[in-house]
Amino acid sequence: MEESEKYQLDEKGSSRRKFLRNSGVAAGGVVVGSVLGGLIGFGEKEPKETAINHEHAATPAANPNAALMFFTPDQYQTTIAATERIFPADDNGPGAADLNVAIYIDHQLASPWGINAKDYMLGAFYKAEATQQEQVRILRKDLFLLGLKGLDDYSAKKFDSKFTSLDAQQQDEVLTDFEKGEHKLSGVSSSIFFGLLRMLTIEGAYADPMYGGNKDMEGWAMRKFPGSRMNFNNEVVSKEFIELEPESLQSHMGH
Amino acid sequence: MSTKLPKVPAVIVGMGWAGGIIAAELTKAGIPVVGLERGKERTTNDYLMGHDELRFQHRTELMQDLSKETITHRNNPNMRALPMRSYGTFIVGDGVGGAGSHWNGQTYRFLPYDFEIKTLTEEKYGANKLGPEYTLQDWGMTYDEIEPYYDTFEKMAGISGETVEMYGHRSNPYPTGPMVKTPTFELFEEATKKFGYHPYMIPSGNLSENYTNPDGIARGACQYCAYCENFGCEYGAKADPVVTVIPVAKETGNLDLRTHSNVTQILNDGTKATGVVYVNTITGEEFEQPADVVIVTSYVFNNVRLLLNSNIGTPYNPETGEGSIGKNYCYQVSAGATTLFYDDKSFNNYAGAGALGIEIPDFAGDNFDHSDVNFIHGSGIRMTQYGNRPIAINHTPSGTPSWGAEFKKQSIKYANSTLQVKSQGASIPHKDNYLDLDPEYKDAYGMPLLRMTYDYTEQDKELVKYMAKVTRKIAEEIGADHYETSEEQAPFNVNVDTNTHNTGGVIMGADPETSAVNSYLQMWEAENVFVIGASAFPHNSSFNPTGTIGALSYRASEGIIKYLEDGGGLLV
Repeated sequence: MEESEKYQLDEKGSSRRKFLRNSGVAAGGVVVGSVLGGLIGFGEKEPKETAINHEHAATPAANPNAALMFFTPDQYQTTIAATERIFPADDNGPGAADLNVAIYIDHQLASPWGINAKDYMLGAFYKAEATQQEQVRILRKDLFLLGLKGLDDYSAKKFDSKFTSLDAQQQDEVLTDFEKGEHKLSGVSSSIFFGLLRMLTIEGAYADPMYGGNKDMEGWAMRKFPGSRMNFNNEVVSKEFIELEPESLQSHMGH
Repeated sequence: MSTKLPKVPAVIVGMGWAGGIIAAELTKAGIPVVGLERGKERTTNDYLMGHDELRFQHRTELMQDLSKETITHRNNPNMRALPMRSYGTFIVGDGVGGAGSHWNGQTYRFLPYDFEIKTLTEEKYGANKLGPEYTLQDWGMTYDEIEPYYDTFEKMAGISGETVEMYGHRSNPYPTGPMVKTPTFELFEEATKKFGYHPYMIPSGNLSENYTNPDGIARGACQYCAYCENFGCEYGAKADPVVTVIPVAKETGNLDLRTHSNVTQILNDGTKATGVVYVNTITGEEFEQPADVVIVTSYVFNNVRLLLNSNIGTPYNPETGEGSIGKNYCYQVSAGATTLFYDDKSFNNYAGAGALGIEIPDFAGDNFDHSDVNFIHGSGIRMTQYGNRPIAINHTPSGTPSWGAEFKKQSIKYANSTLQVKSQGASIPHKDNYLDLDPEYKDAYGMPLLRMTYDYTEQDKELVKYMAKVTRKIAEEIGADHYETSEEQAPFNVNVDTNTHNTGGVIMGADPETSAVNSYLQMWEAENVFVIGASAFPHNSSFNPTGTIGALSYRASEGIIKYLEDGGGLLV
């Protein structure tokens, strides 16, 4: 990693210089690249030592974002178990559990997206043909909880146990049946829940860490994805693969 | 009740590329303009936290809020259309800049063949090349006539590219040189040249170099940061109305730009418009804005819907073929790609730009002989490098499960080790592919939603089968460890992310019987209504639509200024 870290610093300095040079972007007094103001301090990124005294923090390293705003502890545990089967730990690196994917999902379901705030929810919900969009009246937050309960109900029926107590192979069997739509949740096929679960798991592994998952950018690091850099002028023309240390949106905050 | 405002010369509905260009041209000519935009105000400050795949791509931050309005879809007239409740197959822009903020920046011209497609196809292949169900039409304007407007648009936006001999003539070279040729593009170039094809760098609205346009707007060069499509460019390197035409229009002092203003109706007396009604989407207040000219610039869906909801023009009737509003809805065909998988090679494909690509012109339009195939027109065969983002791009060899240990292993193994040779195919109109008002579903303001009746045609399926062989052949010449080719065009599915180039519905032409607008985008049936967008395309070419929308916007600006000077009358 030493090489790539060195590269990263060089790259950043040059990026900023180049950017500022390119940003004399005004027309008749109209600044069109107003990014300029926002980027002052960008690249001067020696994190300034803060004067905050941490003596009251019992665990200074703890992540205050990793707390629940939606799930009960049981729902959280079921989500951890299910997402870990979708995206398990392996030789490449951590799985969904260690990436805090369940925290990500908790936060998403508590957000306006969890109540389908930007979806069309008017009119009748008829049964869709295969080429039309599934017409789901149930809000995502409710659908997810129905699905979690369904995992336990189905596990009880099939293995006489709750989902979190099953071994990995049994959990996979349950999830496979859910994917095939073999369990009916109230008002909706289990396959709709499974689709939501799978999508949220991938998002939680790879979305910017400010959303609660992709812990320490390890999701990105596993696939050598550099995150949100301000430029790739050298990489885009390089014949060699260049591995960069990931950076998150926090690095765009300027100060 | 609505508040009636003082009359203005011109009101524009939608402030994306078309609305922005027309606002700039009219206000520069001294004409006061009211610009109504249903979405929010936008500057590059809105893009500072832009490198956020989840927020902008998967949560569609810059797109139309579907809770307020959407479309309904059915594949054929025998089905019940159902609403697109969340985004799937295409995205619809919203806010100042419109789709011109979130686009990739690929800025082609259409071909001379496109503008006279019916005449040229019949001349060469006879009148029966396609069946009568394909409602092919000439555009009422030739390539030579539109060429100067393309040139104007390209200079304003600073398009980066290289001249292609097999396309229409250019009065000037591109204002900036092509984007960088990546190492993978060199592989594509070498392979296609071996077959005698003519690779060129895709013309780009992401600036290859610093550029100052004729309006005095200066912008910096692209940094290949890989956040173009779905995102705004915080550098202002990507051409966007927000950093080009909108500030120019504002500078004149003649633009009154009102955001959160959703136009629900064009008021009219049956022959001419008298103004528009709009709702402030935040306060719920309703206003009436009288105007001499109403300019409708809301891309495709909202152009068609606004006319139908306002009873302007004659709705298309698929039974009789009469009427024009909603006619010739087209799309594009994206199947036929070949994916190349490498077991021990990695590429820097996390880097890129929205219009970073290489293409061959040899299978576009009538650049190859169609005597022995059952389709017309063709595809851009291309390799692009937009920057692979990790939520969206997880290529795995076929047979890999979509989740679990094997999915994780394979998707990570190939995260930086796939390439694609893709096909973007033209879309030919069919009598049963059209837009009308939904009989059941309404928007948040109580107005009927637009209903889309659309499916891929036999022409599309034949084109895809042919192009799949071409992409496979080129891929095998490039060489990889495994290949996957999508050989067939599946039915249109509103859930599946394919392409966002919707066109038609208010088509241009020389004949008022078969078209809605003339070559100045002026409505035949309402001379003071101008409708600009990809809605004007009588068919869709294999190229991205923005260059042609830009050219038509400059053409329309000229017409609107003349119309106001003359005090009325049809311009053609």
